[in-house]
Amino acid sequence: MIVLRRLATALPVIAGVIVVTFLLTRALPGDPAVYFAGPAATTQAIEEIRHRLGFDRTLPVQFLDYLQRLEHGDLGTSLTTGQPVTTELLTRLPASAELMLLALFLSVAIAVPLGIAAAMRPGSPVDHVCRIVTTAGVSLPTFFTGLLLVYVFYYLLGVAPAPLGRLDVFDSAPPQHSGFYLIDSLLAGDFETFRAALGQLVLPGATMAIFTLAPLARITRAAMLGALGSEFIRTARASGLARHRIVFVYAFRNAVLPVITTLGMVFSFMLGANVLVEKVFAWPGLGSYAVEALIASDYAPVQGFVLMMALLYVLLNLVIDLVYGLVDPRVRVEA
Amino acid sequence: MDADNAVPLLAVEDLGIEFRTRSGTVRAVDGIGFKLRRGETMALVGESGSGKSVTAYAIMGILDAAARITSGTIVFGGLELLQASEGAIAEIRGRELAMIFQNPRTALNPIRPVGKQIADILLRHGNVTAAQAPSRAIEMLAKVRIPDPERRARSYPFELSGGMCQRVMIAMALACAPQLLIADEPTTGLDITTQAVIMDLIAELAASQKMATLLITHDLGLASEYCGHIAVMHAGHIVETAPTAALFAAPHHPYTAKLIAATPGGAPNLEALAAIPGALPDLRREDLPLCRYSGRCERAAPACLDRPLPRRAVSEGRGVACHFPL
Amino acid sequence: MTATLRHARYVLSENPVTAFAFALFFLLALCAALGPALAPFDPLASDTAEALTGPSAAHWFGTDQLGRDILSRIVVATRLDLGIAVTSVALAFGIGTLVGLAAGYCGGWIDRIVGRAVDTIMAFPLFVLAMGIVAALGNNVANIVYATAIINLPIYARLSRSEANVRRNAGFVEAARLCGNGEARIVLAQLLPNIMPLMMVQVSLTLGYAILNAAGLSFIGLGVRPPTAEWGIMVAEGASFIVSGEWWVAFFPGIVLMAAVFCFNLMGDGLRDIVDPQRRT
Repeated sequence: MIVLRRLATALPVIAGVIVVTFLLTRALPGDPAVYFAGPAATTQAIEEIRHRLGFDRTLPVQFLDYLQRLEHGDLGTSLTTGQPVTTELLTRLPASAELMLLALFLSVAIAVPLGIAAAMRPGSPVDHVCRIVTTAGVSLPTFFTGLLLVYVFYYLLGVAPAPLGRLDVFDSAPPQHSGFYLIDSLLAGDFETFRAALGQLVLPGATMAIFTLAPLARITRAAMLGALGSEFIRTARASGLARHRIVFVYAFRNAVLPVITTLGMVFSFMLGANVLVEKVFAWPGLGSYAVEALIASDYAPVQGFVLMMALLYVLLNLVIDLVYGLVDPRVRVEA
Repeated sequence: MDADNAVPLLAVEDLGIEFRTRSGTVRAVDGIGFKLRRGETMALVGESGSGKSVTAYAIMGILDAAARITSGTIVFGGLELLQASEGAIAEIRGRELAMIFQNPRTALNPIRPVGKQIADILLRHGNVTAAQAPSRAIEMLAKVRIPDPERRARSYPFELSGGMCQRVMIAMALACAPQLLIADEPTTGLDITTQAVIMDLIAELAASQKMATLLITHDLGLASEYCGHIAVMHAGHIVETAPTAALFAAPHHPYTAKLIAATPGGAPNLEALAAIPGALPDLRREDLPLCRYSGRCERAAPACLDRPLPRRAVSEGRGVACHFPL
Repeated sequence: MTATLRHARYVLSENPVTAFAFALFFLLALCAALGPALAPFDPLASDTAEALTGPSAAHWFGTDQLGRDILSRIVVATRLDLGIAVTSVALAFGIGTLVGLAAGYCGGWIDRIVGRAVDTIMAFPLFVLAMGIVAALGNNVANIVYATAIINLPIYARLSRSEANVRRNAGFVEAARLCGNGEARIVLAQLLPNIMPLMMVQVSLTLGYAILNAAGLSFIGLGVRPPTAEWGIMVAEGASFIVSGEWWVAFFPGIVLMAAVFCFNLMGDGLRDIVDPQRRT
């Protein structure tokens, strides 16, 4: 099936990712064992770590070791918390996922209509707004936008809650089903928690959305302009089809193809911006985990984080490919 | 020719169209006029850039945003198209008045099955229900002689050959039995055999539906084979109109004569096949001579530059715009 | 050359925003070049009595938590930020372009290896990869430069590869070959100048992205350490004061950062207007 075929093309990419992350774990200047043992380790502890993590073996053997451990889902242990990295990453995944999905939803909900409207009325105020959003949005540093939003909406206007994570100190998390507070609180019928969680999500979500808005609006506008000027639209007009049918069924469905392709780039940005936004808003997700570990010179979590984000990215690209194939019949036909 | 229809189906009079471009205003069409009666076939012949496609677009009302109609009237079935409301035009476009284009594969929506594209038009104009539309679309495909129409209705344009795509476009255009079909270079880009087949198909369907056809082409030979009347265009002017046989027997405009001589089949042998000297004048010029052919004409006289062109009716159905006709 | 300049002047006069971007670029370059000479105060001098005062006549951008003048620190930081960006983009451009040219021109196994390497880099979310590289190689400014260079390399490699592929058998290349030019010489002397305009546009755009990247990395604590003045780290230091209302500590470095990125993006767009042959009338 097509899914399997696409998965097969992703395999060499995944292989490359694993090799690179392996090399990153071994690229530390000096003695890696010292790093993994931590600053307070005795010589004996260092030797133990060296042996346990296989630093005293040859590189190819270390690589096989690494592969074996990956197979068991073992990404090492965090020095600062003492917990297995894999467990911690998986626990924190829903927090980041909820944030990113909300940002993606907001972003698409604003960028796509804006791009369509701008393409349909070139030179109008809407078009100018779109141009401004597109040019300015790409230049905005995510962390700066976040801070600005906090200042305006929390400090000045007082409408947003304090940027202290997913829930206020006084609220407690809903019973765990998906890990998404919005979904879980609704499942439990707890509207108070739902509102609280949503309130905390708005600012970080908006920060990320502003960042990804720009490329999406730009590509939607360009793609719609291209589609609206194409020959088959001329035929559709000559056939007397109704305007909304021409714009949405004929033009937009064709324009959406480059937009789907751009989502790949958008995800790359988003996974990176995730780190910055989580730091600003003290969001207990993957990004802040990595940053805390970095500052503490705790390397296993950082490397686990890089690997997980990369694999997530490969998976997202795969999904994008499949969605593209659903919309465009031309790629479904295998030569 | 339908002699008892005195009122023409389509009457274009003194039409002028210009385009605003970065390098100036292009006076693409200047004061052209012609009439087409029900069931008649007419060709608008000219080199590229002569303004024939632009005229067709103006009739259909699908001109570019940069285009401006500066003068004239287009009356179709009693309705003045240039003054009509958007609603009135939307009613007839695709239903009474239809058009097919060149490059059929790019003229169709690449990601929509062809059957659905035909059904869209039927649903818009054709008084069919959503349930009936798919089968009516298949009927249309059969009518344009596409083999295995049920399966083909689910095909996408990229799965069909150029000839088949053109048949699909014809099916789309004829779905609501229009009174006038405008065909803009329908066979350019198709191979010779397919060209003949497509033109025969159009001719046959037009005859059976008593539909008038306006063929836009640069190929005088094609025009002579399939059309009863020919209007020759040059640089935005119609230089001569005549019934086909009369045009070939005795052309009145020097440009027409040159075109005939340049058409394979119009000359006795390859050596005698002439080229037309010169090129189209730059239509952005403010100081265009009143006869735009005068720059290429060996019979040109000072009068050709500044005396307004006579639109001389030579006889019934014939006209020529020249001070010194042949 | 003069035709290009004339067209450049036309574009700039038509588009005041682009002209503004070029002007801003010169201002930034000036700050980077002259640095400490332009700063009114010593960027490292702390004066705790003056700590956290808002913008005033004496301190246009206010002072931070150690009483240091923010304007001075921003001016001095320009050199560091632009330096990091320019160096990393120069590396990415230099290595990426050559590698891509070789891949596109020679094809074969070179193409496959380069393709595989580029695809592997692009398989990572780029900022995350930069984090990983800096974490792996060590936390200092040099590694920030290398990491930023690595993640920007693919763009140049891909661009020059496709251009080389297209022009591989072009007329002027054939002519050079017939004149007896060696392959390497053809690549450097013929192909490279031909794709330069496009690459210049890309360089300008990448500079903006590189500044954002470097600032992002220092925001999370990588690379630059206090008390060094750098835009990203200044925003990070100011972040904790936002919630208590001392907005200027983070605001001004952030605005300048944004302006710099904006400037390079606009310049890139302007350069594209000048250089893209389709726009030449």
